[in-house]
Amino acid sequence: MSIEIKNIKRNFGSFSALNDVSLSVPTGELVALLGPSGCGKTTLLRIIAGLETPDSGSIHFYGEDATGRNVRDRQVGFVFQHYALFRHMTVFENVAFGLRVRPKHTRPNEAEIKRRVHELLNLVQLDWLADRYPPQLSGGQRQRIALARALAVEPKVLLLDEPFGALDAKVRKDLRRWLRRLHDELHITSVFVTHDQEEALEVADRIVVMNKGMVEQIGSPQEVYDHPASPFVYQFLGNVNLLQSRVNAGYAKIGDIEIAINDHLDTQDTSASAYIRPHDIEVLRIADEKNSFKGKINYIHAVGSTVHLELERADTKTLIEVELSRERFNALKLVQGETVYLKPNHLRVFLQNTH
Amino acid sequence: MSAIVSQYTKYNHRVAQSRATSEALWVRYTLIFITLLFLSLFLFIPLAAVFTEALRRGIDTYFAAITEADALAAIKLTLIATGIAVPLNLIFGVAAAWAIAKFEFKGKSFLITLIDLPFAVSPVIAGLIYVLIFGLQGWLGGWLSEHDFKVVFAIPGIVLATIFVTFPFVARELIPLMQAQGKEEEEAALVLGASGWQMFWRVTLPNIKWGLLYGVILCNARAMGEFGAVSVVSGHIRGLTNTMPLHVEILYNEYNYAAAFAVASLLALLALLTLALKSYVEWQSAKNAADLENETKE
Repeated sequence: MSIEIKNIKRNFGSFSALNDVSLSVPTGELVALLGPSGCGKTTLLRIIAGLETPDSGSIHFYGEDATGRNVRDRQVGFVFQHYALFRHMTVFENVAFGLRVRPKHTRPNEAEIKRRVHELLNLVQLDWLADRYPPQLSGGQRQRIALARALAVEPKVLLLDEPFGALDAKVRKDLRRWLRRLHDELHITSVFVTHDQEEALEVADRIVVMNKGMVEQIGSPQEVYDHPASPFVYQFLGNVNLLQSRVNAGYAKIGDIEIAINDHLDTQDTSASAYIRPHDIEVLRIADEKNSFKGKINYIHAVGSTVHLELERADTKTLIEVELSRERFNALKLVQGETVYLKPNHLRVFLQNTH
Repeated sequence: MSAIVSQYTKYNHRVAQSRATSEALWVRYTLIFITLLFLSLFLFIPLAAVFTEALRRGIDTYFAAITEADALAAIKLTLIATGIAVPLNLIFGVAAAWAIAKFEFKGKSFLITLIDLPFAVSPVIAGLIYVLIFGLQGWLGGWLSEHDFKVVFAIPGIVLATIFVTFPFVARELIPLMQAQGKEEEEAALVLGASGWQMFWRVTLPNIKWGLLYGVILCNARAMGEFGAVSVVSGHIRGLTNTMPLHVEILYNEYNYAAAFAVASLLALLALLTLALKSYVEWQSAKNAADLENETKE
């Protein structure tokens, strides 16, 4: 394990930003800290970097205790949300900064600095911007220069705070794929903070979902998406329908239907929340006995490969989102306003009293 | 005070006036006329008067007045007081602005109030405070006279009073600028392995240099022109503890108008020079910001 975080706590006044967070980042992995704003993810990242001090707990880099180590001795690369490029220095000088401030005996000579900086600028494909100043660059360019600057000190750990947060949608998509490829090339242990679940799911090897200063779940993108550990993770990652239900001996009762859930076998008639992904609901023309409920199509959004439906349940009048493929949609010939049958294929139930 | 900060944003929004948003012709001309009238009455005419009065008895009298021994002593003392007060306030100002803009700590607003204090307190009171502390009848007076060290009615008192009244200039100029710039660049420097000094010299100082220069110029102007506080602690000893403004007063009280205005004209020249420098600094810093932004748009 290259980064080991143990029982970190951090309070700001009476606000608990991090409450007993433990986490380990394996060598060479790209890990996303994902959560809504105010969940403590940026504080955690800054604590790893040494820019913030934890109230208690410890941080180990490659087995060595780094909790009390000064920022400048931690050998981390940090990419700030707003890049924090030195505005009065050229791009070249920005990237060279980490090399120039080294103590004399470890500082490379001018020719070596020049070679290294151009190598890094080539790596981020911006060598032609070497003589420009940061305010003259676009957001995406600044981002890549910030990354080159962070990599110049040959960090053992790369930390990125909302790396794509300030970019427009198109650039953001390109840049995150580029970051993924770069990571596959360099294999540097990296942690990045994001509030964008799509970004985390696409880029990261492993996702740490955080909420209110605590870790809700750690797992691969597929794990956290397919098997969310808590209602929070269900709601935060992807779209989900929340339905009130009652659980009784391994069955969830939603309205008039009963679905086997292979869980809570000993539970006797307890109220629960059932979470169903929009694509786990099948739309039927003909009712499937006890397994489907009636709904009226309120709205059809048919742009792209998946078709989104918004339906209103006939019994409770609550709204339900459904996603289905275009082929299926065309085969069913659905029209706005008509009534169809909905069959949940997969759902997850959380008992009310435990959460 | 935050002229430099606001200029960063203002400079690029200078657009041609549109007819829809401008007032009627007579309104505009009336306003311009009132402004010019006001400026002439309170600025241009007095300024011209200083120079005409100074040169009334001819150029020889003028030069005689400013090269006279007491006048030269006054000029020298003013330069000494300024030469000590401005560098000290440069250091204090940067340190205070740094602490206030980049750190959170208890008593921060109290510190800001303290920095503003010299603006709020009458300079005469400031001078009196030093007399009360360091004067012969003051708290430290006995001890000081035992050790044969004069503060009040001597150069140290004048320097102290000058430092006090010019204390806020540099800090007040830098605080909004540094607050606007935030501390991310400094943090980036630290993460990249820079020491505290390297961070300050390579990142912080280049970012604040225009604001700092602006503050120093204002501080310098005030240090040379200060009258009230210095008047109380100086004792008006001719050739020894007289600064330029005090010397002007003495000459004037002796009905030596030509000499008084001659020395005053030096102060006025200094003020004009300060204004020119100030405009240059403002123009430079705005140009720097604008150049960068314009090139981005290309």
